[in-house]
Amino acid sequence: MTITANDAPPPGVPATREAAAKLKRWQRLDAFLRIALPTAVIAGLICLWQDYVTTNNVPHYILPSPARVLDALVEDRAMLFSGLVNTLIITFGALFLAVTLGVTIAIALTQSRLVEYAIFPIAVVLQVTPIVAVFPLINIYVENIYAKLLLCAWIVAFFPILSNTTLGLNSADRNLRDLYKLYGASRWQTLRYLQLPGAMPYFLGGLRIAGGLALIGAVVAEFVAGSAGAGTGLASRLIEAGYRLQIPRLFAALFLISLTGIVIYVTLAFISSKLLSSWHESAMSKGNR
Amino acid sequence: MSETLANAPLEGGETPAAVPPPLVTLRSVGKTFDNGTRALHGVDLTVGKGEFLSLLGPSGCGKSTILRLISQLDSPTDGDIRWEGTAADPKRREVSFVFQEPTLMPWAKVFDNVYLPMRLKGVGRKTAEPQIMHALESVGLADFRAAYPRELSGGMKMRVSIARALATDPDVLLMDEPFAALDEITRFKLNDDLLRLWDERGWTVMFVTHSVFESVYLSTRIAVMTGRPGRIAQSIEVDGPRQRTQEFRLSEGFSAIARRTSDALSKAMSA
Repeated sequence: MTITANDAPPPGVPATREAAAKLKRWQRLDAFLRIALPTAVIAGLICLWQDYVTTNNVPHYILPSPARVLDALVEDRAMLFSGLVNTLIITFGALFLAVTLGVTIAIALTQSRLVEYAIFPIAVVLQVTPIVAVFPLINIYVENIYAKLLLCAWIVAFFPILSNTTLGLNSADRNLRDLYKLYGASRWQTLRYLQLPGAMPYFLGGLRIAGGLALIGAVVAEFVAGSAGAGTGLASRLIEAGYRLQIPRLFAALFLISLTGIVIYVTLAFISSKLLSSWHESAMSKGNR
Repeated sequence: MSETLANAPLEGGETPAAVPPPLVTLRSVGKTFDNGTRALHGVDLTVGKGEFLSLLGPSGCGKSTILRLISQLDSPTDGDIRWEGTAADPKRREVSFVFQEPTLMPWAKVFDNVYLPMRLKGVGRKTAEPQIMHALESVGLADFRAAYPRELSGGMKMRVSIARALATDPDVLLMDEPFAALDEITRFKLNDDLLRLWDERGWTVMFVTHSVFESVYLSTRIAVMTGRPGRIAQSIEVDGPRQRTQEFRLSEGFSAIARRTSDALSKAMSA
């Protein structure tokens, strides 16, 4: 395929102007449906929910209507917002630590087989032990509540970054490695110009997983922290609302948590596709291949 | 490229110099891999300065291993490899390698791929630029300096790979079946490009192939190899014109050498 080739949709290059115009219309319609369809489905579900609650007169402490949830969201905004900020701090703090430590340790692992033998099993142990089971210990040894939650969320988010980056650093093309050796590249040069750029797609894949896991870690930590974590993040507001049967507030907190997850995912997916758009298959749009 | 060919003398040209001074000599070189496979045994081979030497043999006969030994990507288990002249100093020796795959970094633009060998040697981007652009011009890809490898065709990628190899002006250019994965039309074109560059730059080329015709068309000498363990069975001089064209491919001289080479190859394989 040459630089001018454009083979979407198959087969081949649009032969005429008309075909090109048709292709463009088709692409626009595709982009529209991508957003319109899920929006319509969600709106429909919300309508059904509202309808079900009003027709059956469901008490709001069992299932609040969407309108009531919205009310709770607006009414309790100050409390929910401070909870959101705390949860975000824990989530992004954990993600930041996971990235810096994960990448640093991955580099150390790939520099020496002995380091890999020594450290990797520990990372696996951290990963496979359910965090809920480790938390009581963390609770005893760590005094500061933020440090507790942060540590907990970090343990969950760290492993995908470490394992994916390690895999990526080890996946450099063999011939390219030979080429670097042939031209007398130093370890640092090989790392900087060959291994790190080559590991980028793997790292970003790990980052996307870790972003979601950091949020899950933060929420789970607040849950297991129980009274120790009272009044910190969104999850503790959620639990508290549950105890007090303030179900609309519970839904509102849940909505914010889920929205946070979506925003994290979309942001990381966007960053990843921006960074890889020029060269990696995973980030190619159809018309651009 | 095509103009160069059209202007080239159709016949004659100078015959190769009697015996070129040696650049690198392999003396009873053997290579046994860690798993016990004997890849090479008792290989004696002298590569003359400015020669275009093809290593021809069945797959698995150790052709590529010889290139890896010469480039010091591997070291021989027996015998030794001696360099002559300025190339005797390993620090000043420039060896370039072209693999069967283009082996480009997909995340780097064409320019940066060609810049790689110089970047690794600590040459600044600005200083290297004229050399890089010259290399890209000589393979006809100057306009594609800002393209990514995925935007190029297979033949173009191979050209970038060749440009990277020649940008450093190597003492010896090692090519490991570089055109094996390309279609015949592209291969013939790259063959001609390679010959033109070899003629212009006065390189020494070692070219691994399993195609009799490709080896006869390109080389000044063909070393026919036997397999398991690999040895040089026969060395055949190709006394064709230095500038080769389609004319040469169809000439009687060409078919005679091709027949001799082909016979030598089948003898080596049955031996």
